[in-house]
Amino acid sequence: MSSDLHHLDISAASAGLRGGKFSSRELVKSCLNQIQKHNSGINAFLTLNEHALEEADQADINLPLGGIPMAIKDNFLTQGLRTTASSKVLDNYIPQYDSTVVEKLKKAGAIILGKTNMDAWAHGSSTETSDYGPTLNPWNTGHLPGGSSGGSAAAVRADMCTFAIGSETAGSIRQPAAWCGITGFKPTYGRISRYGVIAMASSTDSPGPLTKTAVDASTITSLLAGKDPSDATTIPGNYQKILPKNGKKLKIGVAVEYLLPQMKDEVKKLIREAAGVLLRLGMSVEDISLMDPNYSVGVYTIVQRSEVSSNLARYDGIRYGLDRSHFGEEAKRRIMLGTYTLSSGYYDQYYQKALKVRTMIIEDFNRAFRQVDLVIGATSPGPALKVGASRNQPMFGEMEDILVEPSSIAGLTGISVPCGFVDGLPIGLQIIGPQGGEESVFRVALEYQSAVDWHLARPSLT
Amino acid sequence: MKYVPVLGFEVHIELATKSKMFCGCPADHFGKSPNTQTCPVCLGLPGALPVPNSRAIEWCIKLGLALNCEVNLFSKFDRKNYFYPDLPKGYQISQYDLPFCKQGFLDLSSGKRIQITRVHMEEDTGKLQHAVINDGEKVTLVDFNRSGVPLVEVVTEPDFSNTQETSEFLKELQQIVRVLKISSADMEKGSMRLEANISVRPENQSGLPEYKVEIKNVNSFRFIKKAVEFEILRQTRILESGASPVQETRGFNESKGETFSQRTKEEADDYRYFPEPDIPPFSFEVDKIKEWQSQLPVLPIQNRLELMEKYGLSASNAYIISSNDTMRTIFIRAAEIGEIAAKTLADFLVNKKYGTRFPDSPSELIKLVKSANSVQSEESVLLPVVSEIIAQNPEAVASFKSGKQQSIGFLIGQVRRRLPDADPSATQKLIMDNLSGKSS
Repeated sequence: MSSDLHHLDISAASAGLRGGKFSSRELVKSCLNQIQKHNSGINAFLTLNEHALEEADQADINLPLGGIPMAIKDNFLTQGLRTTASSKVLDNYIPQYDSTVVEKLKKAGAIILGKTNMDAWAHGSSTETSDYGPTLNPWNTGHLPGGSSGGSAAAVRADMCTFAIGSETAGSIRQPAAWCGITGFKPTYGRISRYGVIAMASSTDSPGPLTKTAVDASTITSLLAGKDPSDATTIPGNYQKILPKNGKKLKIGVAVEYLLPQMKDEVKKLIREAAGVLLRLGMSVEDISLMDPNYSVGVYTIVQRSEVSSNLARYDGIRYGLDRSHFGEEAKRRIMLGTYTLSSGYYDQYYQKALKVRTMIIEDFNRAFRQVDLVIGATSPGPALKVGASRNQPMFGEMEDILVEPSSIAGLTGISVPCGFVDGLPIGLQIIGPQGGEESVFRVALEYQSAVDWHLARPSLT
Repeated sequence: MKYVPVLGFEVHIELATKSKMFCGCPADHFGKSPNTQTCPVCLGLPGALPVPNSRAIEWCIKLGLALNCEVNLFSKFDRKNYFYPDLPKGYQISQYDLPFCKQGFLDLSSGKRIQITRVHMEEDTGKLQHAVINDGEKVTLVDFNRSGVPLVEVVTEPDFSNTQETSEFLKELQQIVRVLKISSADMEKGSMRLEANISVRPENQSGLPEYKVEIKNVNSFRFIKKAVEFEILRQTRILESGASPVQETRGFNESKGETFSQRTKEEADDYRYFPEPDIPPFSFEVDKIKEWQSQLPVLPIQNRLELMEKYGLSASNAYIISSNDTMRTIFIRAAEIGEIAAKTLADFLVNKKYGTRFPDSPSELIKLVKSANSVQSEESVLLPVVSEIIAQNPEAVASFKSGKQQSIGFLIGQVRRRLPDADPSATQKLIMDNLSGKSS
């Protein structure tokens, strides 16, 4: 038993700690061993917290996450612990303060094992743009883990931690969760504070959990959610509960436009199968129509590049960090495109127009949510792509995130849960809810995971 | 050909709120040791987010209301992107197309109306200090204590015709800010900063000239006046020679009394404005704006109008007396006593006849005025007027004779309207004598 402590999810680990079956030190040690054994092959962690074991010894296991070892994406500021956002520009950056998410996790008793790899500045969906080398997929190290929270997703699936924190601007939690075969949750925009998260696209950045189960994702979300006096875009009211099972009968819509023509038949089949599971669970399922997701790619590209060009301006190497020559290819490309789309004469043509289309996408979702409670579809067009797939493809992220970008730019909530395998690699089912629809998103994810065991599958690491 | 100036102003006012615009650091930065009032937000550290100071927004809107502006009920912040070492985020949070206040005006004492284009809210930058350290190495240091201090920008239309108008406007604006108690508006401390936009055009030509010269970093009313006058002359001479002045930013050399070129602007800056995604937009209720409007204190113009209408002062005397709160209070209290005509009191004060020490009280002022003015008490001068007033006011005379003692006051007042310097007691004696038949 004790040799497999790193396999446990949050619920089981907490129960074990509180029941005195093992100590936090044993649990943390088990994860650290796993990191020691496999991180050189997978490259999920960039920086480790050297005090993790001491902190485990002092852990108060009665706290909500007391003594639970976890990992944090490297764009969340951790006081005293190097934070690079996987860019050499911040190679030597030691933060002066904790992000709100980290502060809440520490207060809840979690033990931070270290910081996970990501696409540099979160620009990408592969982790291949990391200045510290790509993370590799635990299911097959010849494949990518997805991104930008690829390090967090791989760390959870390789059982290097009990859960991890990621951030999503458009798919950066859900897509790597899908490719690594874990649960990834994106809250409503503003549900979880962005304070202390290195900004990518401020109007869509959403922190969220990457976990082994939907219950765990709900536990973490309820601990992190809420109005933050340091983030003016956080929304009041806390998400607390999951919609009760005996509540109203949920109506699920299958977005037919999200079953893309270029998608493998096996992927479409798995989505239809998942819809069948929900039907058998007593939900109603119908096909619905949403706006072609390709429009979202255009909108997202312009809004995101524009915000990036402004958000990265502070990294001038004057006060902290290294100078601008350390920016990688992808960051430079995005800064240039964003600078262009905001330039006088082009602002109306690009940025303003993108905002108008964004409003139309929001209205399209509003229409859909009058028809159904939730929308489901594939998280990604296919399983994890091979290492190297993103190279020389500036729009790689956008094409891989085509199915998660619409809900991101509309600020919606959504979850990706494993729903099967294609070519030995996991496929993710995404469940999208309206803004503030966390309770029903979790309800469906929980019921789905009570009926299937895709989320319990774990790769054999070599 | 005759040339006329096209002259407008941009005035920055640092608000005296307790905390900065987007973080909890103290806003009062003057004389504090460098970088002691900073935090992740005003240092532009990674991940830091701005949270707007609602008091600063209220004050900005109140200034707009005092300047007769329309308030945008839907408003937002925007990012103004540019690189400068004193700007830690690489952008300044400002307002672009939806300022809190727009389309106001301020009337000068001449009755001329200066239109206010906009009153918007933004944040101040850090301060660069050029220094020599250790072994003579020249360095530039940055102090971020000022970074993020709330700054209101008031922009006028190019409505000024001369520096007399600009001086009056700027002093009036300073007074308004001070009575609102939103800033010390102290030019030396930089809490009020002026930028003049000047060009010159032939009198018979309408529309704006193709160039514009900005004068920046002038920290007194006297110097901005000199700078603007110098600039009007300089540009006129260039135009007269057949050339056209270049579009540029100029500074002012105080010892030489000349402006000098600081930076030439070949084209308009491209600040790549876009809505600040870290701060949700604002929607104001009409009732809230009305409430703020009702909370405005008595403004300088209202004081001036009171002095003109109630005490019959000239516009210029009313302007001078209302500019100084102590002077205004003593004037009104002394005038209410009624012993000396309001106009006489006003002239005395405006012409500084009190010498070096300002009178402490209304009675002291009256005493000073009396001793300074050769009070008219000679019967030969007073009597004809007294007789005339008595003849013209039979009702007051009858009323006095029927026992109403206060009617004598009315008659004295009438005499003194004709003869402001008439000595009240001498006048009273003459009237009494006249009415009781003692005088022939």
